[in-house]
Amino acid sequence: MDFALTEEQQELRSAARKWLSERYPLDRDFEAPADDRWSELAELGWLGVSVAEDAGGAGLGFLEEALLLEEMGYALYPGPYLATVGFALSGLGPEDQAAVAAGTTKWSAEVKGLVPWLGSVDRVVGMDGNAHDAAGEEQASVDPARPLGRLEAGDGTALPGPRDVPRARTAMAAEAVGVAQRVLELGIQYASTREQFGKPIGVYQAVSHQLANTYADIELARSLVYWAAWCVTVGDEQAPVAAAAAKAFAAEAAVAACERSIQVHGGTGFTWEHPLHRFYKRALWLYGLGSSPTELRAEVADAVLGVTIRV
Amino acid sequence: MDLRDTPEEAAFRAELRAWLEDTLPEERRGPRGGAQRFGDAFGREWSRKLYDAGYAALTWPKEYGGAGAPYSFQAVFYEEMARAQAPSHVGVIGLGMAGPTIMAFGTDEQKQAHLSKILSAEEIWCQGFSEPGAGSDLAAARTRMERKGDVYVVNGQKVWSSFAHIADWCILIGLSDPDAPRYKGLTYMMVDMHAPGVEVRPLRQITGESEFNEIFFTDVEVPAENLLGEEGQGWQVAMTTLLHERGTLGFALTAALEMSVGRLVDLARERVNGDAVARDRIAQEWIELQALRFTNYRALGAYQRTGVPGPEGSAIKLRWSEQNQRLTKLGRELLGTDGLFDDGWWHYQQLRSRGNTIEAGTSEVLRNIVAERVLGLPKGR
Repeated sequence: MDFALTEEQQELRSAARKWLSERYPLDRDFEAPADDRWSELAELGWLGVSVAEDAGGAGLGFLEEALLLEEMGYALYPGPYLATVGFALSGLGPEDQAAVAAGTTKWSAEVKGLVPWLGSVDRVVGMDGNAHDAAGEEQASVDPARPLGRLEAGDGTALPGPRDVPRARTAMAAEAVGVAQRVLELGIQYASTREQFGKPIGVYQAVSHQLANTYADIELARSLVYWAAWCVTVGDEQAPVAAAAAKAFAAEAAVAACERSIQVHGGTGFTWEHPLHRFYKRALWLYGLGSSPTELRAEVADAVLGVTIRV
Repeated sequence: MDLRDTPEEAAFRAELRAWLEDTLPEERRGPRGGAQRFGDAFGREWSRKLYDAGYAALTWPKEYGGAGAPYSFQAVFYEEMARAQAPSHVGVIGLGMAGPTIMAFGTDEQKQAHLSKILSAEEIWCQGFSEPGAGSDLAAARTRMERKGDVYVVNGQKVWSSFAHIADWCILIGLSDPDAPRYKGLTYMMVDMHAPGVEVRPLRQITGESEFNEIFFTDVEVPAENLLGEEGQGWQVAMTTLLHERGTLGFALTAALEMSVGRLVDLARERVNGDAVARDRIAQEWIELQALRFTNYRALGAYQRTGVPGPEGSAIKLRWSEQNQRLTKLGRELLGTDGLFDDGWWHYQQLRSRGNTIEAGTSEVLRNIVAERVLGLPKGR
């Protein structure tokens, strides 16, 4: 029984933190079109983390991808890594996987009838489990960096693997933890430097305890995400319930973390200029896409209590 | 990361499970309410059996009577104890607080004298920290310790002291130098509870039972060799005690919670069918339990590397206490109007849970600890 990250996993995470923070700093121009540096991701090996070595990947697992997703949430990375790697990759055949690892094909997946990044990916895994061309109109969503579209469905072509819902949910939960971690740090920074009544506001418990609550939320959310990621990676039978738990908890934790951080920042946190609202919108997007926390908990209740006829 | 047992852990788990099956009488199983733990001789007998079988202190070094096992074995131990609904070792304060403090600050003589007796339950310990005027603000302790020749003369009053009425020894913090700056005048010592001048009065709590006590010290003479650490070093020694209290508590707390959530699920299967709101609340508690469980595992990794519990333990205790209050309230609610007449398990647990956010650091103090020591926010005091 060992729940610690290996040295390699920790190194991957700090390398990702560094690479992302240098290219996607918080003072960047969020209004300008963002470069997702897709070919660089391919060179870094991030697109083929879980792809077999003979298909050009690293032959590692979903756990490593979850760590990268956490860091992408932390940095507000703009590209469709979540959709390509988190949603679509595992169900694709070896040739398609090799193309993902090489950075030549971007994928998304239809989630409850909506396709994230429909206008900027090449292929889509449909609700029918088939592969489709990315045809259809997309529109701006609650997170302006993440448009959603409706697929103009043809028949598509069959894919070898099933849609892996627990994996997709865990991927979203991992991003949510990264978002929450970042807004916590922003809140700590602000509360440590902003002075009122002659003291940094972080000495006041009405402020500091809000941040302590966020910290506890994040620790618990991260534990659920690692548990779910491990279950998904090894194919444990608890993967569905673990992933439902992780997404329900992490999405709520991320939204609450943003809301508390906005409050701690006072008027500053309410301005367009401050990046907090962008994290908040990312958290709301993750909260809303797919099943809501309430729906996910209904699944957990079914697993724990047994299914009953809900009236 | 691998959540499966190693072959060694699996073997240990199987052996322990079989031992519990053979050794623990059926009538002693079940989540027993607080004061019942103290009621009869079974507590010491059971603790002695745990000790003889080598389970009392798995992670303590062998030279002090422990098994020298990795912390993951301790986790397996708590899981199996919870599964068997087995009562815990009666020496909670000795194992979790006095013992680790003696290991950290004690002389060889002190270690020889006490550590193995803590494990065998020959010595039951209590904690003399809180006072009527010093609760969360421990540094305000005013119990006087005056050096006179080879002894310290102790006068004062302690409160909220669990196990004091059955304890043989007390870890006591008091004021040895009233003129020293705050934190510097405190001293930490081990006091024989059978010494003349020690008087224990049980306090009746909202459950109607008496788990904790007041202790009065009147001209109690404590040999100078019973100090832990130096005179004036008491604050530092006490912080070690409290770190261990919260650090090692996580697994025991989560194991207890596991039993409660299990009961909640059983109750819900009986009483709740299609009520989506109730099902949602039960799912929330189940999810929170898993989150605490795996947060413990993560903390274990850090503990294993450093040997010292991290301040993250404060967050676990904080969330555990709040969850226990929520879920015991929910348990009674699921009983419907029967809950109004319930004087059984849920009634006791709900009342007892109100103490959870107060004992071992109030939630307010724990949030301060997280804010200052984990998040690095500026100190308010």
